[in-house]
Amino acid sequence: MKKELLKFLLFTTVILIAPVFLGSGYLMNVLVFVGIFTILAVALNLLLGLAGQISLGQAAFFGLGAYISGVLTATHALDPWLSMVIAIVAVGIIAFILGFPILKLKGHYLAMATLGMGIIVYIIFNETIDITGGPSGLSGIPHLSLGGIIFNSDIKNYYLVWFFAVMIILLSVNLTSSRIGRALRAIHDSEVAARIMGVNARLLKVQIFSISGVISALAGSLYAHTVTFISPTSFGFNVSIELLTMVIIGGLGSIYGSFLGAAILTLLPEFFRTFQDYDIIVYGLTLVVITMFMPGGLVRGVPLLFRSLFKKESMPQSNGKSG
Amino acid sequence: MREDFPLLEIDGITKIFGGLKALDDVSFTIRAGEITGIIGPNGAGKTTLFNIVTGIYSPTSGKVFYEGKDITGFPPEKLAGLSMVRTFQGIELFGRMTVLENVMVGLHTRSRSGIIASAFKLPGHVREERRIRERAASWLEFAGLADLANTEAANLPFGKGRLLEIARAMALEPHIILMDEPAAGLNSRETSDLADLIKKIKDSGITVALVEHDMALVMEICNRIVVLDLGHKLAEGSPREIQEDEKVITAYLGED
Repeated sequence: MKKELLKFLLFTTVILIAPVFLGSGYLMNVLVFVGIFTILAVALNLLLGLAGQISLGQAAFFGLGAYISGVLTATHALDPWLSMVIAIVAVGIIAFILGFPILKLKGHYLAMATLGMGIIVYIIFNETIDITGGPSGLSGIPHLSLGGIIFNSDIKNYYLVWFFAVMIILLSVNLTSSRIGRALRAIHDSEVAARIMGVNARLLKVQIFSISGVISALAGSLYAHTVTFISPTSFGFNVSIELLTMVIIGGLGSIYGSFLGAAILTLLPEFFRTFQDYDIIVYGLTLVVITMFMPGGLVRGVPLLFRSLFKKESMPQSNGKSG
Repeated sequence: MREDFPLLEIDGITKIFGGLKALDDVSFTIRAGEITGIIGPNGAGKTTLFNIVTGIYSPTSGKVFYEGKDITGFPPEKLAGLSMVRTFQGIELFGRMTVLENVMVGLHTRSRSGIIASAFKLPGHVREERRIRERAASWLEFAGLADLANTEAANLPFGKGRLLEIARAMALEPHIILMDEPAAGLNSRETSDLADLIKKIKDSGITVALVEHDMALVMEICNRIVVLDLGHKLAEGSPREIQEDEKVITAYLGED
């Protein structure tokens, strides 16, 4: 328990002081996106890593959050904070209703259904031109503001986005080690045994799907108000796959791993601009390599690697089942 | 608990799988405070019967009454809330969780904290967590697994895994525990430890029903035995009566 708190405080401190060392140049802008993708990856990790339920349509909730927030403010001149709350609540309800039929499915069927959900929502963003502006996007979304501070610079947005990211991380870490977290992990390992122990697996899966949607919608709303322009391509199939890659790189079920995955996948393309058009190939390759050689993700895999390098006398326990 | 009253009544249960009658009009009662053994050759329908009682299958016809209430078709999670629990033939553990955490899941119905309380670590939740942890630790003590508390369940040897499954089920504080072949895969020393544990469970006032192939174990610990053969109830009685029953001997040894 103490160790968990220490880890969180250390993480928060690093986030707080990072801008001091990194200045306020272009890197700050990238770190805003690391924050947004951390929130998204944690959201998917609660569903996939904890409860073992895959979603290939997370970008749909991200996009719905962004568009509801964007349309309400840019078109209907609503207060940005109010529209954020509306976006979150609306997506929560949508995800809850969609969750009942979708989460009846398992494995590949669940993957296909969520994939379909993502594609349908993407088409809606493109086709409802009167509302969303279609493929050419929606512009003129206002920045968020609080007590006279307008979040219109990278450094301000950094603190805005990371405030939420740190909160989501804290709540998710708490949830993982709680009664509900154990029930979700139990569903992951043996749904029938979890039910025998009194866990209402059906309802709990829908609830965590809905929570995952709510958190993704929060990220979407933050995205809309920091970038001030949104278009459907930011919420397509690629984004769902990118999120999946982040979660798997970091480690299924590891909340800080999701941050690591989000950071790596957001920062790397900035350094390797030449890969830009081949990013989906890089994601695919990364996924294959990680699942083959580090099925527990980096957070679990790297310590194991170090142990096996430095302590040759004792064989490390490879955690082959957590893939 | 008052003993000897019918805790579980199986009333005319029939189960048909695609034209095949796995169970045909089976009726018997399990009395409170006793250990009831359900035996029979392979394919007799024993596990199917357990799956119907514990809500994993629905019967084609017939009813199940538990504590005087019709529970036919109740899902497992609802039955857990009514203090009915079971273990599995192939042991179903939560492999990536520790031994202690497995038992903590067993306390799910004995705790309340929801998603909000858990995420925000509300004071009530923190107190409840502490209580869950203490209760779970005491059930590990009960099953002799205390020194393995922090081991990942997937790394347990088979025999210990079986004990863990029982400890986890006991954490639910059941009125009845149904065990599907608890001795399968255990060596003779482990089996005798298991027999002691089951007797300890019965002595604490909990009703036990078990499907088992190990005849020595069944004859030693059961108060009553029900014999199934090809989906029919063949016989019912005390271990002595069953051992002397002509029909039972024929079913097990074959005719002529």
